[in-house]
Amino acid sequence: MTDHIRQRIRAIIAEQAMLDPDQVTDEATPQDLGIDSLGLVESIFAIEEEFDISVPFNANEPEKSEFDISNMGTIIAAVERLVADKAG
Amino acid sequence: MSRVPTQTPPIPAVVDEALIDAGRAAPAVQPSGDLSGRGGLRRVVITGAGTINALGHDVETTMQAFREGRCGITQLEFRDVERLSIQIGGQVHAWTPETYFNRQQILLYDKFTQFTLLAAKQAVAQSGLHFEGALGLRAGVVLGTAGGGLNTWDENYRAVYEEGKNRVHPFVVPKLMNNAAASHVSMEFGLRGPAFTVATACASSNHAMGLAFQMVRSGAAEVMLSGGSEAMLCFGGVKAWEGLRVMSKDACRPFSANRNGMVQGEGAGVFVFEEYDHARARGAEILAEVVGFAMSSDAQDIVMPSAQGAERAITGAMVDAGLNREDIGYINAHGTGTAANDKTECAAVAHAFGHHADRLMISSTKSMHGHLIGGTGAVELLACIMALRDGVIAPTIGYQEPDPECALDVVPNEAREAKVDAVLSNAFAFGGLNAVIALRRV
Repeated sequence: MTDHIRQRIRAIIAEQAMLDPDQVTDEATPQDLGIDSLGLVESIFAIEEEFDISVPFNANEPEKSEFDISNMGTIIAAVERLVADKAG
Repeated sequence: MSRVPTQTPPIPAVVDEALIDAGRAAPAVQPSGDLSGRGGLRRVVITGAGTINALGHDVETTMQAFREGRCGITQLEFRDVERLSIQIGGQVHAWTPETYFNRQQILLYDKFTQFTLLAAKQAVAQSGLHFEGALGLRAGVVLGTAGGGLNTWDENYRAVYEEGKNRVHPFVVPKLMNNAAASHVSMEFGLRGPAFTVATACASSNHAMGLAFQMVRSGAAEVMLSGGSEAMLCFGGVKAWEGLRVMSKDACRPFSANRNGMVQGEGAGVFVFEEYDHARARGAEILAEVVGFAMSSDAQDIVMPSAQGAERAITGAMVDAGLNREDIGYINAHGTGTAANDKTECAAVAHAFGHHADRLMISSTKSMHGHLIGGTGAVELLACIMALRDGVIAPTIGYQEPDPECALDVVPNEAREAKVDAVLSNAFAFGGLNAVIALRRV
């Protein structure tokens, strides 16, 4: 399940960043991938739609959000938690 | 309190010339009044004001709330609010349109038009003007709104999409159109000169009032009603804003380090802008003088603001007014309470004012009435009038933690008595559109 979620998120981010999914590594930050603030909000929307979850993210205080957007790895981990909570 | 380190930049001459050229548009018809003043331009004064917003249904109640630092932001109440993740707003309370309008009018007026007409009636009543005869031909109205009849869109989309109805009320189009409020104001008072609506998102009202000012100053009109209105607090209106993830779930705390976003409001503000000699000749009470206006475009990003674009509008308004930086005692900030706006606006003010930035006061009344989007500059102009006329500076409430990126005197939490001679009102819109108005005490 984890790999599956990871692949789906990488596909979403790759489409947003106009990159190949292979280029979306766990270490990459949104900035590394050329995703600006509006692109980030759009990506989170796409993730919510893909997984039918609600992501707690406020663009005014990203560092305080429960949804850690530091890099792709933290984003994937946060989505996995939300998907698990939903199934829970 | 620490201050932003500043230096005094020269006012760019290119801004100066461009703005003064724009302000000297040729009069469309024979103007009355004195053309011998500064640069051959006529003076423009405010002789009436009206409002309805979350703080009250008139100017006096609103100003009393400003003096008390009272918050009008509450739990939202409308259909399907429970499906929203943002459930607070500066909603107009105890709104009973049947108190002011008959059944037929209510069928024809969206809420943004209702708010506008109420504010306009207050403003015209205070001014004492009547527009029968020649004055009506030399009077007009220019208003700002971003969403126009958004409640009407929302209700009728619900009817056809959700409820599956195949028929809507015949007045849907004349209710929802963005110029409906301006047209009804023109009909209510017989204003037969220029009448139109400006839509520049959060700067709509300031753009509208700036144009009204220019028209009276140039002689294109003798009297203009101006301001703006917004009624976006419905399910679709708030849901759309949720998408951007810039809204606060708990409070609007402009300039505070722990601010976490904007809060929507609703309502209207309308003013009577009148040529100075015309007002003096009839012995009208003058609330304040409008002395300058400037607009600029960032030409950069659809949502992220630019300090340079904001600064050009701030500086341009002072140049247009013939004011020096040291003349400005108070700025009504755009101050949305978002991370991006507040630090960008403070940087623009700090750079535009140099050392004087440490001495002027700047506050955001959005902390009390919320962000009225296209109507916000109009309601906020009341804080400017209060500062000039009454010597009371409206506070920024909800202020809890200093932010080094907003290190100006933001008049935290409590109103302050201070004599100020000239003020600015800032509005910086999505789309990078900036509009700043300068007022002076008379």
